[in-house]
Amino acid sequence: MPKTYAEINEKIRAGEAVVVTAEEMIDVVAEDGVEKAAEHVDVVTTGTFGPMCSSGAMLNTGHTTPRMRYQNVWLNEVPAYSGIAAVDVFIGATAIPENDPANRDHPGLFNYGGAHVIEELIDGRDVRMVADSYGTDCYPRRKLDTLINIEDLNQAYLLNPRNAYQNYGVAINLNPDRDIYTYMGVLQADLGSATYCSAGQLSPLLNDPYYRTIGIGTRVFLGGGVGYVYFEGTQHNPTEARSGNGVPMGGAGTLGLVGDMKQMSTRYVAGVSMYGYGVSLSLGVGVPIPILDVDMARYTAVRDDEIVAPILDYSRNYPYNEGGALGHVSYAQLKSGSIEVEGKSVPTAPLSSYVRAVEIATTLKEWILAGEFLLGEPTQLIPSADSGQGFKRIKERPVNNGGGAR
Amino acid sequence: MATRRIVMHFPQTMIDEPIISRLVRVYDLEFNILRASITPKQEGLMILVLEGDESKLAAALDEVQQKGVRIEPLEKEVTRNDDRCTECGACITICPTHALAMEPDTRHVVFDPDKCIACELCVPVCPPRAMETPF
Repeated sequence: MPKTYAEINEKIRAGEAVVVTAEEMIDVVAEDGVEKAAEHVDVVTTGTFGPMCSSGAMLNTGHTTPRMRYQNVWLNEVPAYSGIAAVDVFIGATAIPENDPANRDHPGLFNYGGAHVIEELIDGRDVRMVADSYGTDCYPRRKLDTLINIEDLNQAYLLNPRNAYQNYGVAINLNPDRDIYTYMGVLQADLGSATYCSAGQLSPLLNDPYYRTIGIGTRVFLGGGVGYVYFEGTQHNPTEARSGNGVPMGGAGTLGLVGDMKQMSTRYVAGVSMYGYGVSLSLGVGVPIPILDVDMARYTAVRDDEIVAPILDYSRNYPYNEGGALGHVSYAQLKSGSIEVEGKSVPTAPLSSYVRAVEIATTLKEWILAGEFLLGEPTQLIPSADSGQGFKRIKERPVNNGGGAR
Repeated sequence: MATRRIVMHFPQTMIDEPIISRLVRVYDLEFNILRASITPKQEGLMILVLEGDESKLAAALDEVQQKGVRIEPLEKEVTRNDDRCTECGACITICPTHALAMEPDTRHVVFDPDKCIACELCVPVCPPRAMETPF
């Protein structure tokens, strides 16, 4: 007997909804079977916590006197984007100060960047903002140097183009001599280590592999506050190859997420430094999945041993788009501490915190049980496997200078 | 027999004194130097494991301290800031002594200072910069 969002929300309001985490759902289905679980369970909560580079914050500072239209903006010396109007500023998580040595002394440390500015704002700390402009009749002011605080901003929200990747590659280094420094962490030479970055069985999109319940308007846990799916994420690729259970065998779906930073906590939003690579934002995301029917009960019971990820060489095949995966391993194997690659036992390390993912799924469950968090019914689901939408590379073309292109 | 894992801080005035060879010749101690450096302020720093007779070891460390060398137990040198650690696990394959490890059942990332040799490889590798050193 299928359920509707309205029926589930009615039960949440009445304090009668049955809510379990995706980890607990595995046991529920193992004991009761999918049919009974589908009837009994209303919502399964998921969680993930890891670096999500394609994130940023939209800020409106309020107008200055005299008025100013920001042309260039720096927040704690990190350049922000202000090619909008007039006192809107977007700070990207991976931006670094213009005077940062970056990788000139390789591997660079990348101790500070946009993600750290975002963390400090959420922490309630003052941030120094410097802005300049060319001045107009309506916006005459040309310079500004001030402290800002999240409390005083009109709006401060995370506006993240790509979060919560559905599955991801396992990174290894085939170079026989040299350690490499990547967004997947330090990878030791000659298959010395392997890193992965997914909560596996607890991860949001792995529990709804065809996005049957996730779309524009889905209400989520974002950074410790309430957020929303505003669109499919960039690089959303629903046509990635899938295993028999429907779960993609590599990076596939992604979410565009938005949420009020004033509700967030630095426990779930942290600036991080990837040695020799750059700055990123470690972010906590949790998505509630309504158990509308038997299929959703089956999908949310997925286990680590049923989800596989591709092994990718980051010394050559990833950066140069050469060759494919060196095979696939399950999250159960990855979490055992070592995997076998080309006949060699390779120790594994995650970049995504499973304990914090459990904490997020549990917190979201408590919010729903307390009647504080209702499901947001998507007004439009994000494209699924039947959309035919793939993942293109840029087609570089010669520039014809006579053809009107600048 | 006793084993001590210590950090010695030598003031600038003592950098050219043969402290370690006295430990061997006079006190009959075995030593294994894990790290040694001279800081920009010209202070000498040495991290080492000393092994020998309990009373001789104590007497040796007394003499060295009286000469002006500051001694700290090794586990104090790298600490984990638990407020910053997100327990991701990026450190666990980097740590050569498994002082940083993941508990297989709970998925907690644990730090055992007794196993730490203060190599500091974890410090730049830790994404939220939770591993801290005082120097």
